[in-house]
Amino acid sequence: MLKIKNLKAEINGKEILKGINLEIKAGEVHAIMGPNGSGKSTLSAVIAGNENFKVTEGEITYQGINLLELPVEQRAAMGIFIGFQYPIEIPGVSMVNFIKTAVNEQRKVQGKEPLTAAQFLKLMREKKELVEIGEKLTNRSVNEGFSGGEKKKNEIFQMAMLEPKLAILDETDSGLDIDALRIVANGVNKLKKPDTSTIVITHYQRLLDFIVPDIVHILYNGRIVKTAGKELALTLEEKGYDWIKEQVDGKK
Amino acid sequence: MKIDKINKDLQALYSTNIKDINDYSSPIINKYRESAFKEFKKAGVPTKYNEDYKYTDLIPTFEKDYNVTFKPIDVQIKTENLFKCDVVRLDADVTLLSRGRYIEEQKIKEFPKGVIIASFNEASKKYPEIFEKHYAKYGNTKNNSLYALNTALAQDGIFIYFPKNSYTEKPLQIINLLVDEKGFFYNTRNLIVIEENAQANIIFCDDSLSTGEFLGNTATEIYVGKNAKLNFYKIQNEHNESNNISSTYIYQDKDSVFHAGVYSLLGGLIRNNFDINLAEEGCESDLFGLSLIDKKQHTANFVHVNHSKSHCNSNQLFKTILDDKATGAFSGKVYVAKDAQQTNANQTNRNILLTDDAKMSTKPQLIIYADDVKCSHGATVGQLDEDAMFYMRARGIRKKEAKMLLMYAFANECISAVKIDALRENIQDLAQRRLNGELSLCRNCSARVVNA
Repeated sequence: MLKIKNLKAEINGKEILKGINLEIKAGEVHAIMGPNGSGKSTLSAVIAGNENFKVTEGEITYQGINLLELPVEQRAAMGIFIGFQYPIEIPGVSMVNFIKTAVNEQRKVQGKEPLTAAQFLKLMREKKELVEIGEKLTNRSVNEGFSGGEKKKNEIFQMAMLEPKLAILDETDSGLDIDALRIVANGVNKLKKPDTSTIVITHYQRLLDFIVPDIVHILYNGRIVKTAGKELALTLEEKGYDWIKEQVDGKK
Repeated sequence: MKIDKINKDLQALYSTNIKDINDYSSPIINKYRESAFKEFKKAGVPTKYNEDYKYTDLIPTFEKDYNVTFKPIDVQIKTENLFKCDVVRLDADVTLLSRGRYIEEQKIKEFPKGVIIASFNEASKKYPEIFEKHYAKYGNTKNNSLYALNTALAQDGIFIYFPKNSYTEKPLQIINLLVDEKGFFYNTRNLIVIEENAQANIIFCDDSLSTGEFLGNTATEIYVGKNAKLNFYKIQNEHNESNNISSTYIYQDKDSVFHAGVYSLLGGLIRNNFDINLAEEGCESDLFGLSLIDKKQHTANFVHVNHSKSHCNSNQLFKTILDDKATGAFSGKVYVAKDAQQTNANQTNRNILLTDDAKMSTKPQLIIYADDVKCSHGATVGQLDEDAMFYMRARGIRKKEAKMLLMYAFANECISAVKIDALRENIQDLAQRRLNGELSLCRNCSARVVNA
């Protein structure tokens, strides 16, 4: 589904990604872990199409298409969803209007008819239950005045509404208490279909108790330095990141 | 100097036409001409050297050749086509004006509870005491030369009277139409008197149905009596060659509420001066303004709120979205007198520049002499929020659509203040179409062609 080859990217002339290789097949759940500043969020931003980051080398293909040539909105319409670490507040734009526009804009690109008001409301009702998000939140402006937990729930609600093929969840667990974490993780699990893929980016192993990955990668200093099964996350939990740092830095 | 010629011409206009001006006007308003003209002569049309007009250059506007007439005009307006245009349509009692003059055959309309709409001539004949009591009492010819010019030249306009305890079932909508093929210069005068404990909803719409170069210099005086409430809305929807200058003076008596919105959707040059005098205790004054401008348009809103007495609240929110080479200006001056303790005054001006060529000048000011007050002011000039744009695009919303959503959200804060539901929806629709670039091309009316 997603292939990343020797990806290098920089921001303001500083190289952050130094040659990433990654392949995610349909149906797989991958976790990308790593210490702060290793490039995890940059990787998700580059996949999303954030123009602040400059790709200097390498390629990303998604379903066989060169992703780097496509604008942000088209990547989304093709089924890539980013759950942001810091969701943006948009005062004055109502949640309902926002998500309705997003759903129908994506449907347009996909050659589908826009949802009628009734269809949309029904869909929204279903999906709201899934992430246990109340009427209160959807009636407000996008993320405005939401607590940290509400913002993250709202990301998963949007994911539920947009039904992506590839979801990239960037530190969705940061700032969440255990109850909110459970709700968010349950939402993600319920939305998982046999042919959809998920990339979970996290600093902590705890989230992976709830969203169980097939493969765990460790990203350090702009490169993937280790790839293994889900047991790798447990090792990290136990030993921290220092042994990885030592291994990698020591090799030089 | 161009300005000298402009002033000379305007003085000549007065001197050569004074007989016609007086003959076709009420003797009550004629009394004020000479002294007002003297004030105008002293000051002339304000130039960039006048602090208040530093950002609004009136020379190109005034140096054009306009038609002027001081004789009554015969205007035929096919009203059946009216609402096919962008004129705000709602369930209201409509009065039509042309060039700011009363054109309906029936020069006076009387409503239950004694509410009246009338032409100046009619009002000054039938209700001379009320008319005389309020005419030219709230404006200031000494510090506003354009108001002085209006007082010297104005012949007619609209008089609205709400007696004590009165109200109307429907809002009153005054539509001022610009319909002549050739451009002209007109001086309209309005007087609105809302007596004690009355409640009024009044909507002024400035619309153009043809494309001549117009220059309107309007003055409106409003008296809001004790415990009276006035909701006052102005929708300015003309075209790129129109120039609309207005001075609005509001006098608020004890415990009165003035709630106003001014929506500048289309016009070449729009200059609105508001002067609000909170003359007695317990007044409340809310003023909202939204300007959506592009091409080479200019809008300027100058607001002066005078807190003379204690326990008054005033609130201003003005917003502008500027595209292309549009320019805008805002100046809000809140003056709190020594005795105006417990004053609550807010003033906010926010602006979005969509291009590098657009320019906005803003000047929020507080002048406070009392010591127990709560006052705030703030102004911002910026671009659309890039992070919000990216967030929306990452959800599949195209750039253009995302931009629309953000602009509309920005504008809607001013529109949502409108208290008349149908009017609010109408303005929301107009604003949305304006932001989409549709408004300058009216779909139904061939008379309304706008220079692109």
